Amino acid sequence: MRRYGLRVVALGYLAVILVGPLAIVFWRTFEDGIGPARDALTSPETIHAFKLTLLITAIAVPVNTVFGVVCALAIVRRRFPGKGLLNAFVDLPLALSPVVVGLALFLLYGREGWFGGWLEERGIDVLFALPSMVIATIFVSLPFVAREVIPTLREIGDEQEQAARTLGASGWQTFWRITLPSIRWAVVYGVILTTARCLGEYGAVAVVSGRIQGKTETATLRVQERYESFDLAGAYAISIVLALMAIFVLVAMTVIRPKEETA
Amino acid sequence: MSILVRNVSKRFGDFAALDDVSLDVESGSLTALLGPSGSGKSTLLRIVAGLDAADTGEILLSGKDATALTPQKRNVGFVFQHYAAFKHMTVRDNIAFGLKVRKRPKAEIRERVEELLSLVQLQGLGHRYPAQLSGGQRQRMGLARALAPEPQVLLLDEPFGALDARVRAELREWLRQLHDVVHVTTVFVTHDQAEAMEISDQIAVLNHGRLEQVGAPRELYDEPASEFVMRFVGDANLVGNALVRPHDLELLETSEEDAVEAMIVRLTMLGRDVKVELHDGEGAEIVALLERDRFEALGLWRGQTVWVRPQRERVFAEAG
Repeated sequence: MRRYGLRVVALGYLAVILVGPLAIVFWRTFEDGIGPARDALTSPETIHAFKLTLLITAIAVPVNTVFGVVCALAIVRRRFPGKGLLNAFVDLPLALSPVVVGLALFLLYGREGWFGGWLEERGIDVLFALPSMVIATIFVSLPFVAREVIPTLREIGDEQEQAARTLGASGWQTFWRITLPSIRWAVVYGVILTTARCLGEYGAVAVVSGRIQGKTETATLRVQERYESFDLAGAYAISIVLALMAIFVLVAMTVIRPKEETA
Repeated sequence: MSILVRNVSKRFGDFAALDDVSLDVESGSLTALLGPSGSGKSTLLRIVAGLDAADTGEILLSGKDATALTPQKRNVGFVFQHYAAFKHMTVRDNIAFGLKVRKRPKAEIRERVEELLSLVQLQGLGHRYPAQLSGGQRQRMGLARALAPEPQVLLLDEPFGALDARVRAELREWLRQLHDVVHVTTVFVTHDQAEAMEISDQIAVLNHGRLEQVGAPRELYDEPASEFVMRFVGDANLVGNALVRPHDLELLETSEEDAVEAMIVRLTMLGRDVKVELHDGEGAEIVALLERDRFEALGLWRGQTVWVRPQRERVFAEAG
């Protein structure tokens, strides 16, 4: 009985908090048939918004993957002054509200900001353009790869790497042949979480993008715009596609994951 | 293929792991680094391999200064206590690793791996993953992997420490035989004096980061240079202010000059020998080993009072 009790509590909680709202979104989208949803999804602005979201994700994920792995290696395998600080700073984006991140970027790259003037003289647009949106997204999705990889690196220890070095492997060979294969599932998991976070980013991007339809409007911003324009079906339809993308990513993760553990 | 360690010191913070250690390891020999935990023996081995750096001093491999070389360039084989098996690779790929990173031709690698698989008696297990092997098999794989690139020296860090007693004894014997076949200069670390005595040509005894004595097993046993060596290599009793080996004690039924009165508290049959445990007048424990014939001739019993006389004793300046 106690076994079932725990399950009921866990599943019930998930149902109320997660599944309920998702189900309502699905239901409301198709309330008036498939037509309005299709119209909303095929408008050029929406297509552009999705393309922009995917583009930003495609840039932010590889950057954060490389950074996350390098950062995890530095934190676990090296000793250097300021290591504790680095370790703490990696978590900063989790603690900081994305809106604050957006405002900080504004202060840096705005016309009066530290870099803003310098960039403007050279005709480089950062704010209200792709660069600031990419930077904002990279910032908010930064911790995930490092946070997944760090415990795995600690767990596997460095004996295998030492063995590789004594067997004549260079640092580079050791990384590609020993370290990376050992942490690959942690990296995959981190990449998936990063991707999900990038797809769903709203706050920081909302501040720096200027929300110019067809130009700097991402999918999540598009949802908000449709909602404010009383096009509820459109807002729901875009939400669903976003939700499906996230669900696909998470399912992909659970499909990949167990294979590793039973091997 | 010789190893020369010259005046090596190493500190970890306030702790002196090695204090001015110098050691010669002859080409083709099998040397044990013996000492209690924290004596610096593993640190010394890791410094020879280049996995740790000495604070001062030099390492010469085959007469060439290797102090500044990375482990990658030293051409040493290293065997780890906990195997350090590459978990994501098969046994075959583990063994081939050192050859692959040296970009040897594929055919040569395949041939060498097969040769090593049979040398370490893992034929037919090449396709397995380390997780599918027993501890003893994993360590044999570790040895094959270390030997594959034909290293100048083979270094083993408590190679049998994680194995159970029976497998340990088997592998120990097998390592000695392997060394007779392969002849690679070998240094292994152990805290087990029986293991060191059994298989090595030369033993270096370390204590608190200092080298106490280097010599053949017999030399250490018969001519210990210090009280520490006498106590650590084989058993020793303190009788009066002298140290005596258990089989260098004579038991007498009557009081004689130089003999100490003691009471027998326990008798244990060890096969050919009998272990006699005694308490002297102050309750200090003395252990004597008697041959079976001698024991029976004396007709000793528990509770009996006898006189113990050292036949060969040693007094070290530091003793007492």
